[in-house]
Amino acid sequence: MDFLNDWGLTLVTFLPLAGALVMMAIPKEEEKVLKQAALLTSLATLAAGIWLLVEFDYDRAGSLQYVVDKNWIEVIGSGYTLGLDGMSLPLLALTVLVMPLVFIYSWDHIPSPGNAKAFLALMLILETGMIGTFVAQDLILFFVFFEVVLLPMFFMIAVWGGEDRRYASLKFFLYTMFGSALMLLGFLALFFLSKDPVTGELLRTFDMRVLTDAAGAGIVRSSQLLIFGGMFLGFGVKVPLFPFHTWLPDAHTQAPTQGSVILAAVLLKLGTYGFIRIAIPMLPEAAEAWAPWIGLFAVIGIIYGALGCLAQTDMKRLIAFSSVAHMGFVMLGIATLTDFGINAAIFGMVAHGLITGMLFFIAGSVKERYHTLEIKRLGGMLLQAPRLGWILGFTSMASLGLPGLAGFWGEFPAILAAYQPANGIPEETFRGYMVVAAIGTVLAAGYLLWLLQRTAMGEPSEEFANDPHITDVNRFEWIAWSPILFLIVLFGVAPGLIFDVTDPAVVESLNNCLQLPDGCEGVAAATTAMFGG
Amino acid sequence: MLAQLAQQTESFVRPAIDWHAVAPELTLLAVGALVTLLDIVFLERGRRFTSAVAAVGLLITMVPIVTLALDGNDRSLFSGAFVVDNYALVMKALFVLSAYVVVLLSANYVAEGDYWENEYYGLVLSSVLGMVLMASARDLITVFVALELLSIPAYMLASWRKRDLKSNEAGIKYYLMGVFASAILLYGMSLLYGSAGSTLLTDINSAVGASGAPSAVVVLGIVFVVVGFGFKVSAVPFHTWAPDTYEGAPTPVTAFLSVASKAAGFVALMNLLFVGFVERGDIYEPLLWVLAALSMTVGNLIALRQTNIVRMLAYSGVAQAGYMLAPLAVASSVPDTALSATVTYLVIYAAMNLGAFVVVMAVARKTRSAEISSFNGLFSYAPGLAVAMSLFLFALAGIPPFGGWFAKFRVMEAVIEAETTSGLVLGVVVAVNSVIALYYYARIGLGMWANDAPDGDLTPVRLPFSLASALILTGGVTLVFGVLPQLVGDLTQVSLLSGIGG
Repeated sequence: MDFLNDWGLTLVTFLPLAGALVMMAIPKEEEKVLKQAALLTSLATLAAGIWLLVEFDYDRAGSLQYVVDKNWIEVIGSGYTLGLDGMSLPLLALTVLVMPLVFIYSWDHIPSPGNAKAFLALMLILETGMIGTFVAQDLILFFVFFEVVLLPMFFMIAVWGGEDRRYASLKFFLYTMFGSALMLLGFLALFFLSKDPVTGELLRTFDMRVLTDAAGAGIVRSSQLLIFGGMFLGFGVKVPLFPFHTWLPDAHTQAPTQGSVILAAVLLKLGTYGFIRIAIPMLPEAAEAWAPWIGLFAVIGIIYGALGCLAQTDMKRLIAFSSVAHMGFVMLGIATLTDFGINAAIFGMVAHGLITGMLFFIAGSVKERYHTLEIKRLGGMLLQAPRLGWILGFTSMASLGLPGLAGFWGEFPAILAAYQPANGIPEETFRGYMVVAAIGTVLAAGYLLWLLQRTAMGEPSEEFANDPHITDVNRFEWIAWSPILFLIVLFGVAPGLIFDVTDPAVVESLNNCLQLPDGCEGVAAATTAMFGG
Repeated sequence: MLAQLAQQTESFVRPAIDWHAVAPELTLLAVGALVTLLDIVFLERGRRFTSAVAAVGLLITMVPIVTLALDGNDRSLFSGAFVVDNYALVMKALFVLSAYVVVLLSANYVAEGDYWENEYYGLVLSSVLGMVLMASARDLITVFVALELLSIPAYMLASWRKRDLKSNEAGIKYYLMGVFASAILLYGMSLLYGSAGSTLLTDINSAVGASGAPSAVVVLGIVFVVVGFGFKVSAVPFHTWAPDTYEGAPTPVTAFLSVASKAAGFVALMNLLFVGFVERGDIYEPLLWVLAALSMTVGNLIALRQTNIVRMLAYSGVAQAGYMLAPLAVASSVPDTALSATVTYLVIYAAMNLGAFVVVMAVARKTRSAEISSFNGLFSYAPGLAVAMSLFLFALAGIPPFGGWFAKFRVMEAVIEAETTSGLVLGVVVAVNSVIALYYYARIGLGMWANDAPDGDLTPVRLPFSLASALILTGGVTLVFGVLPQLVGDLTQVSLLSGIGG
């Protein structure tokens, strides 16, 4: 137990990196050994993650556990601070779960031009970056992990991607870098301006716990708004929030299947996580001022993403645009600044990670069989590969928010939360957003069912009618996919599994908001009324 | 008359010399003399040893630097004209180690190119001597002597490939621009001397640092000094020599110029600025702000269009100089942070930029080209070099966990800490420029990883021992400084204000 307390988070963060280093020593030709090494590493990480989950004290889910606090860069007052609470736990679990599945899928799906060694090693480095971002409790450490993710993903798209991979990878890299450079400026301003709320002394710290407690005390409103603006750009690009979303369809379409799955399942969550972990708790006053705008961009994203989906001719691009819409729901939940809305957002992140990740797996497999993702040319999948077709149908249902599956608990409460946002945020505006978002769910049903109709139903098109390559789901796909399918049902039936963990942490992080002069009493009321306390 | 003179000479009392404090300079001088002697005594047979002697000599020079650092006392000689403090020692170590890497780079290049070897290393060593002296110079005369001592050999080194027109152009251009800059600098110095009545920087500080509006002479003096060093560090709009000189000079010399010589320019500027007129922020800050913002923006925008990697690195070096100038533009409000930020940047920049040149030279051994397109497909035939080059390029772009991010972070920290609007705007300029720069760095990365090798030629690159060791040295330092920035942070927590009682 002591070991877990002191080393647990470090272990789960750096195990993948250690695995990647070990893989460097294995010769390139030994593909099988390399795949085994990568899979074993990710399974070991999963085991470490499960161990952390089991030993986690769920009665204290609101406070950080397994805290590590060591010196790292003393000259700038930054520490190696890690911790896990109910807000980061579901995302950590999602990451450690999805990665082994991706490695299993890679067993017989190494994209062209091959070189399994580099491909798998990059994914392991990526895993370290993602886990580190979710457990970091120091702004600079967070920033470093946040950026470590960029390079492997850049290379994954650039080397193993589709036709336009060069353009897509550069666009992805430049967009995110632009956001994070301004975000870093925001962090620095926070460092120099934050004061202790009690004594009024300058804090001069990057410790996220301290800054969350300070909640922007002593920073004048105009500076708060600017700092929040920097973070808004950094996180908003990553989410991606309309109008910063244009990198996403390109990156998704061009990335190899594994890249798309990781991008959808985990990478996009780094942005939303940044909002709920850093931007909002540390600058509640600015968050209140920005909330209507975030909400506006979110609902534009919902409608724009949905309309974009309706116009797509490529299956993968369609799923990418549906990501924009779904992340819009998540952002709408966050913009309400209520306990209820943010819980819904975290649920939405996990659900979107599982469901959209799954859709990209399916798209990858379809591409492999048909060598195209053009919706017009596909059809009759239910006849040719019935299991694949049914899995597509099931996941589409989950994605459009069918009650009883995970997607529902991400969308419905987010819309509901918009009915009554936190005090100090214009209610009428958010009720308007609510209506628009509800229309968005109808559009979502529209584009997903239409996709299903065009690809899975009907007769197979002539060119593929007798194609022997079109086989049903194979062994590796079953192993990789069944845990995701199972979890989509499980979280759909028992959403409390996630809500119970996240709620205490969300309440804790919003406490500061509750202390605002006129703000946020509404949060408590709304929580009691809607969420049952 | 003569008798009188003789009498005066007798009455001359040698100032007390702390031999330990000047040991690094004396060692370098001895090594330089030894290299020259080897040539005279052994003639052609000495050729084989010169590079080794120079390299070992540079490592030996590190010994007194380290002992001085361990000793820890600040030493001041010649009534304050020559000072050995932590800042001076860090910079001396930087110069000596950069020169060591440059010698490693030169070993095969100079020998295989059939250039004059003994003279080459002798000139490198005397240039380094000038730089090491510069780190301690706290007096106008000393600064100027050090500057000429480091520049004049560099002019000759730039035109070392004497049968090549471009190399001649490089040398001439560098020489003319350098002399022009020296003249401007000297004029500025004379004005400062005129208003202070002393060449000691501390005296100048007490004369010009007084409150109230500065006299026109002081304003002109400071502006000319800053502009003079603007040439040396290739800040826009005084950068025009850099791309041509870098392209024409032998590649190891280019590496030397872009790292050590540029750092020496910064050291001189910082000596003058922090010891000589730190409180005159009203004069130098707007000037440096404009120089920094212009250097970053113009350097990066022109770098976008380059097809030759050395020219691209030259323009990227111009932009990097802009980042290093940025903290100096807020030097009067946060002097210690600003100095520390620029020193940090210089140290990390030396490692990553030298590293990039190592890879450029290694690849050029095979492709015989410096075109960016010659890097296409590098990953397919030399994965190690491709990974190393990616490391250096993304370090230059400032992507964690490679060293460059911490350097940029310190720059941003300094400009934000000033808590002025102009500082904040400069921070945004730095942030936006990092994104512009990422484009051309990442494009090379893309070419190495995602494109096919030209002509499908997949023969591996043979790496001579000296290049391999230079690669490991620079790569290791770049990576370690990125992951454990505290190491470089400890080194660069320096101050220049103690000398002026600040």
